[in-house]
Amino acid sequence: MTDISKEAIVPPRSFLSQDAIQVFYRLLAALLICAVLAVLSDSFLSLGNILNVLRQASLTFFIASGLTLVVLTAGLDLSVGANVALSACIAGTVIHKTGSPALGILTGLACGGIVGLLNGVMVTALRIPSFIATYGMLWVLNGLTYWYMAGETLHGFPAGFRQIGSGYLFGLPIPVYLLLVFLGIGTLFAQRTIWGQEIYAIGANPVAARLSGIPVARRLLLVYAVSGTMAGLASIIFLSRLNSAEADIGESLTLPAIAAVLIGGTSLFGGVGTVFGTFIGALILTLVLNGMNLLSVSANWQPLVTGIIVILAVWLDMKTRRRAQ
Amino acid sequence: MSDALPIEVTSPTPLLELRGISKEFPGVKALDDVSFAVFPGEVHMLLGENGAGKSSLMKVLCGAYSADAGEFYYKGQKVAIGSAADAQKLGIAVIFQEFSLVPHLDIAQNIFLGREPKGRIPGTIDRRKILADAKRVLGTIGFDIDPSTIVDKLGVAQQQMVEIAKAISQNARILVMDEPTAALSDRETELLFALIARLKADGVSIVYISHRMAEVFALGDRITVLRDGRRIDGVRPADVTPDQLVRMMVGRTVDMTYPRNFADKPGELLLEVKGLSSSTGISDINIEVRRGEIVGLCGLVGSGRSEVARAIFGADPVSAGEIIFDGKTISGEPDLAARRGIALIPESRKSEGLALLRSVSDNLVVSALRKLFPSGLFDQRSAQRTSDGLIRQLRIATPSARQTVGLLSGGNQQKVVIGKWLAAGSKLFIFDEPTRGIDIGAKSEIFALIDRLVAEGAAALMISSEQVEICHVCDRAYVMREGRIAGHLTRNELTEENIVRLGMHHA
Repeated sequence: MTDISKEAIVPPRSFLSQDAIQVFYRLLAALLICAVLAVLSDSFLSLGNILNVLRQASLTFFIASGLTLVVLTAGLDLSVGANVALSACIAGTVIHKTGSPALGILTGLACGGIVGLLNGVMVTALRIPSFIATYGMLWVLNGLTYWYMAGETLHGFPAGFRQIGSGYLFGLPIPVYLLLVFLGIGTLFAQRTIWGQEIYAIGANPVAARLSGIPVARRLLLVYAVSGTMAGLASIIFLSRLNSAEADIGESLTLPAIAAVLIGGTSLFGGVGTVFGTFIGALILTLVLNGMNLLSVSANWQPLVTGIIVILAVWLDMKTRRRAQ
Repeated sequence: MSDALPIEVTSPTPLLELRGISKEFPGVKALDDVSFAVFPGEVHMLLGENGAGKSSLMKVLCGAYSADAGEFYYKGQKVAIGSAADAQKLGIAVIFQEFSLVPHLDIAQNIFLGREPKGRIPGTIDRRKILADAKRVLGTIGFDIDPSTIVDKLGVAQQQMVEIAKAISQNARILVMDEPTAALSDRETELLFALIARLKADGVSIVYISHRMAEVFALGDRITVLRDGRRIDGVRPADVTPDQLVRMMVGRTVDMTYPRNFADKPGELLLEVKGLSSSTGISDINIEVRRGEIVGLCGLVGSGRSEVARAIFGADPVSAGEIIFDGKTISGEPDLAARRGIALIPESRKSEGLALLRSVSDNLVVSALRKLFPSGLFDQRSAQRTSDGLIRQLRIATPSARQTVGLLSGGNQQKVVIGKWLAAGSKLFIFDEPTRGIDIGAKSEIFALIDRLVAEGAAALMISSEQVEICHVCDRAYVMREGRIAGHLTRNELTEENIVRLGMHHA
């Protein structure tokens, strides 16, 4: 028998952490896509187009950032899109009834947060697997929204409120500022707070996390509530940008958000990933769709391309990480 | 190897004979030159402590492990057992403690699983035939039950009967049973013994693993004692006393380079457990641990030791009783126990103690986050400084605090698990098999560490299947049996024989 304790002394492979390396690869990929698009299309590098890409990426990012925390705990939140729709419709109604955008924004955030909290209760107290709990929640929310809206469309909001989604400040769209703010907050929360550390620990091994004294149930409640609240925030941006709300606006949001999280390098098995990676994931997804538009590729191809990118990204991720282990 | 046939031979050729079987796993020799013979129609008792090699021998017999060395003879002919199919062909069947039945299928389907009689329409099962065949097999073992009963609805004893019926339907001639009476009532045990007598009369041989002395003498035709993966002796029940058997089972040696300094006077009471019961099968547990003490918690595997540890730590819900720690009653989840100063070093450190993919540093600070960063703001560099300190203090062999903890050796991983509670400043350390799978050098280091902890005013409750370790390091020990405290041994009474005697079933 060889002395195992000696074998274990392997020099660290790199002074950069695994997460940093994965994010670096993704930045490279995003830059590569930009370079290709810049060569193929004259209009790609125009300021208007770049801002447009950032604005679109921000919408996906708001939903995906909260979702990232859920996925870090090895969970999934399939109800985010439906949550956006319900929150937008309720927030829109409040603004119409009261004329107060502030009250509407608060209602939208609260609605999203409460839905998230309910998801958390199902996952922790009722021990329903998150995939199923939030899938059921998706239908419940859709049902509520369709019943509530009854085929109506809310239209026309105060100009000040519409600035949130479509306005500019110093030449940059306001959603881009919000994107930077929440990218900062999300990264700080995940990397620089003890709650963030505990979330990573829960995702890496929930049993060990509990036996290490981490209040697992409370942290999971927090994570699902944050995911819901971020959906609430996204609903406000949508409402403000579209200047209208309908029952079906959430249907095309969930799957792209999950794609952004996966392309961004967060593992569905939990414990691995970063909020910044999710930002790059959202950026890559938007860049590719934008590029296809610029190159006049039929929109019918977009889902197929998205699917291939997700599979490629996750596969490359697994390959590089396995080598690192 | 020469003593392959224990004592005088009852029948000229054994049904099955194992000669010089060895099986090694990284770090442990599970079986070391074991020879073992089974004669037709005999009940052969297999005895040994936890880790003596009974399970490994059983797994070699049924083809789950392939032996590194040794030979098998079936009716005098050399054969190979390299797979479960080989074992089945020779008529060897194992009834494990965890049954391998499919709960939502009925008895007949379970008995003929994978061998169902085909119906007239391709892809269907001949329902009438399978029921009739099942009825016949059940009849041969005297089990009167409707074969279309769903297995899920059966009690443990009945499920065991189905397992036996399944083995018999596969023409099993050697039945290996692992503690078959562990979950049976007295009445059910009698029925099982009657069935064993019946099988014997039919010429079926039974290899019977037991921890109950009464059974060994009531049923056994022959006894083989294993210890540390070696065959110690083969005897007839008439020729030995229970005490002699206990002596054969104990007597392990272990290199302990670390001598413990026993405190003359234990400190103040730290943990008091009163009448503790939980749904996991422990009842009326009373334990006291004082500062400066290492208290052992021993007993057989499955006697409820880990369950006691988990209940104290809040990992399993408590159904009755009280846990008083440092003068205050505690009840709740592990996070509460951890905050009060209780540490659990669980039995399986890979699945319960560590986040294997995370770094040494991440794992070392995970229980101390609140203490190290009271503001709630985490700082990676400060966490690494704390970790570097612990790595030096515990002499954890790792290139850096950023190394993935899964890449460390078992001993160093164990030090990380202990280290996270040192960082948290725990007062009571509950160790569940702290030296399992750890090489000898690391073992003494871990004992030295535990000694230092208690010398500094902490306390330890230590679960171990290695009785010699308990005797070596503990101030005193509780011995468990079937979910209860069977006895308490003071420092002077603490011997391996006393532990085994209290832990076994003498009834």
